[in-house]
Parts: sequence; structure tokens; C-alpha cells
Amino acid sequence: MDAEISVKTRIICSIKIRYTLDMEYDPIAGYREIEHTADWELEVWAPDLPALLEQAARGMYALAGTKLQAQPNLKQMFKLSIQDEESLLVDFLNELLWLGEEEGVAFDGFNMSIDDQYLFAELEGLPIKSLTKEIKAVTFHNMNIEHGASGLRVHIVFDV
Amino acid sequence: MVAIQDMKKISDYEWEIPKSYREDMRVPVHVFATRRLLDDVARDRSLEQAVNSATLPGLVGKVLVMPDMHQGYGFPIGGVAATKLPHGVISPGGIGYDINCGVRLLSTRITHDEVEHQISDLATALDYHCPSGVGKKGSLRLSEKELNRVLIDGSQWTQKQGYATEMDIRRTEENGRLQGADPSKVSPRAKKRGRPQLGTLGAGNHFIEVDVVDQIFYPEAAHAMGLEEGFLVVQIHCGSRGFGHQVCTDYVREFQSAVQRYGIQLADRELVCAPLDSPEGKNYLAAMRCAANYAFANRQVLVHHARTAFEQVLAGRVKDWQLRQVYDIAHNMGKIETHLIEGQRMKVCVHRKGATRAFGPGSPEIPEEYRAIGQPVLVPGSMGTASWVLVGTEESMVRSFGSSCHGAGRVMSRTKAKKTVRGDKLRNELESRGISVRAGSMPGLAEEAPQAYKDVDAVVETVSGAGIARKVARLRPVAVVKG
Repeated sequence: MDAEISVKTRIICSIKIRYTLDMEYDPIAGYREIEHTADWELEVWAPDLPALLEQAARGMYALAGTKLQAQPNLKQMFKLSIQDEESLLVDFLNELLWLGEEEGVAFDGFNMSIDDQYLFAELEGLPIKSLTKEIKAVTFHNMNIEHGASGLRVHIVFDV
Repeated sequence: MVAIQDMKKISDYEWEIPKSYREDMRVPVHVFATRRLLDDVARDRSLEQAVNSATLPGLVGKVLVMPDMHQGYGFPIGGVAATKLPHGVISPGGIGYDINCGVRLLSTRITHDEVEHQISDLATALDYHCPSGVGKKGSLRLSEKELNRVLIDGSQWTQKQGYATEMDIRRTEENGRLQGADPSKVSPRAKKRGRPQLGTLGAGNHFIEVDVVDQIFYPEAAHAMGLEEGFLVVQIHCGSRGFGHQVCTDYVREFQSAVQRYGIQLADRELVCAPLDSPEGKNYLAAMRCAANYAFANRQVLVHHARTAFEQVLAGRVKDWQLRQVYDIAHNMGKIETHLIEGQRMKVCVHRKGATRAFGPGSPEIPEEYRAIGQPVLVPGSMGTASWVLVGTEESMVRSFGSSCHGAGRVMSRTKAKKTVRGDKLRNELESRGISVRAGSMPGLAEEAPQAYKDVDAVVETVSGAGIARKVARLRPVAVVKG
């Protein structure tokens, strides 16, 4: 994994965000929890890969019961090398878990682009106020990003 | 999905999925379960995951699945598999993210009757002294150099710091120190996560529990372990915290390309692996051992905190408030062991994921005082239900790579548990049954409700009926502390 991270902090506005699993179904992009005996599983769908990464991040924050402070707003930038789409998804979510633990930040603004080699991510977020659940890791278990007429779809299993 | 009709019944406690079930299987899958327990797991993907595990290169004997099995990722929880040295593989997904998650049991000379009215205070003191909860940091602040010593020396580092007795060390699997740990094979990120978390419980299904010895089944073994009916014991269940999670994450990622280099075909990408004699395999083994040593030390520091809690509440009230180590066992680990397989003594890497080592009587690897009875096997039940102390048997050495079950095993998803059970109601119900509960969150408590788990008594009956463990004592909870 090739992760280059730079951290900048600035005040943007004062908002409170709480990620939720109780959303109305959106056929274009979204996530939903799938029953898993011991761990957590999400189904995530979106029109393209950057949007899929964003929805997966939102779903992961919702699973962890992430509550954010109102301010200050934080900005993080990093790039990740791409081995394949599934590896990128796992790397991206693991990067967010790491930033959550190390910097205490979760993100709600996702500006991402992808070229042949890298994901470039410019993210905006807020300090984490509390989490109800510890996600140990994002797994590759049965992970397969399916490309269909309406976009991309994937199942992600988290170790908790 | 594997159906029961795809399996061959061996006995009331054992079933087999033959190698012919799927073309890519290299060995059969042997399942320790009653028909009722099998019906429970038929609803999830445990058996399919066991079949996937049976496709790994270098496997010997059979892939085994314990009766507390449930769906995991890569291997099922409750899976045991052995790969032959030197060319067989090691798979981080066959060990899990919480490397050396394990259980420790401590005995006391305190009867429940004499401290019944202090149990609630004891729960509060344990909760206060033993840091728990999501992302919780410990009281120790380790330098990089000190952390490296922890990674190399495990529990033995804690003894030098005054957190462990000689008996604690002697009665820990591998004396609390896996040899061959190499901190240079661990990423800076893992070390950064590990430094502030030593001596913390974490969250999820990790706990500290005070129990009463409820019933003795094997008096000689119970006596050797210091267990007596009516006396209190303490269980501590936790692992290698963020350090171990990061080690596994790093190597699962690195092995994604290693499998391509070694031309290994996988049924599931979480089963990535590398030959034990390859640089990648050796590096992972050295890093995994660091995480295992971190976990041994983590539980030992928690024991130190638990001793402080017992002293604070019970000094002056009882003659002897000491906590004496019975044993400490890992249930997510890869170990190099020698076993008799198909008539041949073979050096193998035994992957145990949600399964414990259960060496039989006479094994040189277990403390001398337990050599006549076999290695203690600790089987915590679900919150509010019984836990068990077992010992390994001669049969376990021959039939299960010296392994047995590790707990009750989940049967209900966390989401369903939260929908079915309210945390505050559960706490009240447990309190009304004389069980003091201290929990970081009520939804978290609901996720661990007894209804979410299998009947631990049925799990223990299965390993006992199959002969791979022998019952020693049944424990009844009186206080539970959860993150």
C-alpha cells in the first residue's frame, strides 16, 4: 500500500452529523446492513467507484455508531495506490479506520478522483465525539465488486 | 451452502464433509457437533467457510470445526487446520485479526457466601481499574523500546515490571512468550496503535467476569487447579487490541500479491496465505508472534489491575484476597507443533481460529502440576450463563491436533440481538438473578445477550462426548464487566 497523507485543519462551518443505518432506500447510491452471525456485513451500491467508496465509508461510520462533534471541521488528503478495485476499497476503509483512531476524525465530505494508478482523496470531516462499536478491520471475505447496468455493488464484511 | 445430507455422520458428536464434496478440497472437513448444533449452523455460511479452508495448499489430516462454530470471514470461527512444514502455507485469515485473543482464569480462596454483599462493589472496582470500551487507552505509556521488549518477551516483560508472579508465567500457554517474535516485521502503524493500549480490555465480546465454582466433575483436576465448589474465580477475555488488528490487516494486504507470486488459487481472498518457508510467511509468523506476546502481556496487566480491585474491596474483609493463576490460553493463534498424523509424526503449523489448544496428559508443553491431568481448557459461556473448565485428553492429541472449543459460539446476529433484547432490561434481569453488570453501553450489552449464543452446555457435552476434552468444573457468573 502506498499511502501519502497530509493533514490540514481549518474551520468550515458548525454542523452535527450522525450517520444512520435507517435510511430510505435510494436505488442510485446507498448501503444497507446484511445479517451476519458474528461480524457485520454491508451491501453497498453506487454509480461509480469513487461514489462506492463514499457510500462504504458512510456505512462503516453508521455501523460503528459514529457521533461527531459540531466543530472544528477538519480536512485530510491522501492518495492510495490501486492494485485492484477490491484492494482499493479495503485500503480506503482501513485508512479511514486508522485516521479515526489516530486523528479522531470521521468524514462527511468526499472529493475523490481515480487514475490508472492512484486514488486521490480530499476529505472533510469532524472530530469523533463517540463510537458505540469498535471495528477491528475491513476484510476481503467474499469481496467482489460487481459491475452492472445501474452501477457497482459489493458486500463488505467487517470484523468487530 | 453445505446441507446436512452432504455430510456423513460418524457418531452422535461427529460429522464429515468428504473431500469429494467439492473439486478444490484437498482434505475432508471433520465437524464436531450434535445434530441440533448442526441445525443451528446450517443457517449461516460456517460450513461453506470450512470447505473453503480445506482448499489451502499443504494441509494435512482434516480441517476440523468445533461445536461452537459460527460464520466468520475466511476460516469459520471454531476452525482448526494444520499445514505441513516447510512448504505448507500460513494464512493470517486462518488466525484472525484479534491475534491471541484468549482467556485467563484465576482462582481464589474466597467463598461466594462470605462476600455476597461485596460483589457489586467488586464489579464497580473491576470496572474502575480495568480500562474498557471502544478505543480506550491504558495507564501505561510505553516508549518504542519498551514496546519492542513487550513484543519479544510478552508476559515475561510484565514480570520484570512487577505485574506478574512466577506462577502467572508458568501457568500461561508458552509461558506467556512465543519465541521467534521479531518487532522489525511489524509496521510503524501497528506499533503506534499498540503503544497506548496495553492493559486494556477493549469492547465487543471481551469481558472480565467473577464466577462461583458451581459443580466439580473431575475432582483430581479441580484440586490441581485450586478450584473448589462455592469459591470465586475470575475470567479475563481479551486479545492484542489495535496492535494485533493492524498486524493482521497489514499481512492480509501484503499476501494479496504473495498468492499471485506463488501461484496459489483461493476460494476466498480472505484466505490469502504464503508458504511457511517463504520470506512473506516467515515475516508474518514473526509479526504474529509479536502480537501474541502483546496479548499475553495485555491480559497480564489486566490481572494486575484486577488484583488491585480485589485488594481494594476485600482487604480486611477476608483472610486471603489473592488471585492465583489457573491458566491462560489463546484461541486465535498459529503455532508450530508436532503431531501424529496418519501414523507419522509431523511438524505442522496449527491454525486455531476461535479454538483452543487442548493438549492431553503427559504433554511436555504444559506446566508440571498439570501434566498428569492434561492442559486446562477454558470455555467461557455467554453472559449470564455457565462457563466451563475442561482438560485436554489423549484423544484430542490424536484426533484434533490437540484442540478443543473456545466458547458458546454466536447463533444470532448483533443486529437481531439488539432488536430482540433491550440492554437495560437485560441488565435488570441479570441483576435480579444476582449477577452484577457493568457495561459501557446498553446496545453493546444487548448484542451479547445470552439468546445470541448457543447453549454452552451443549457445546461442552459435544467435545466431552467426542472425547477431545474432559469436564472439570462448571462456573456460574456473579459479576460481569464489559467494555
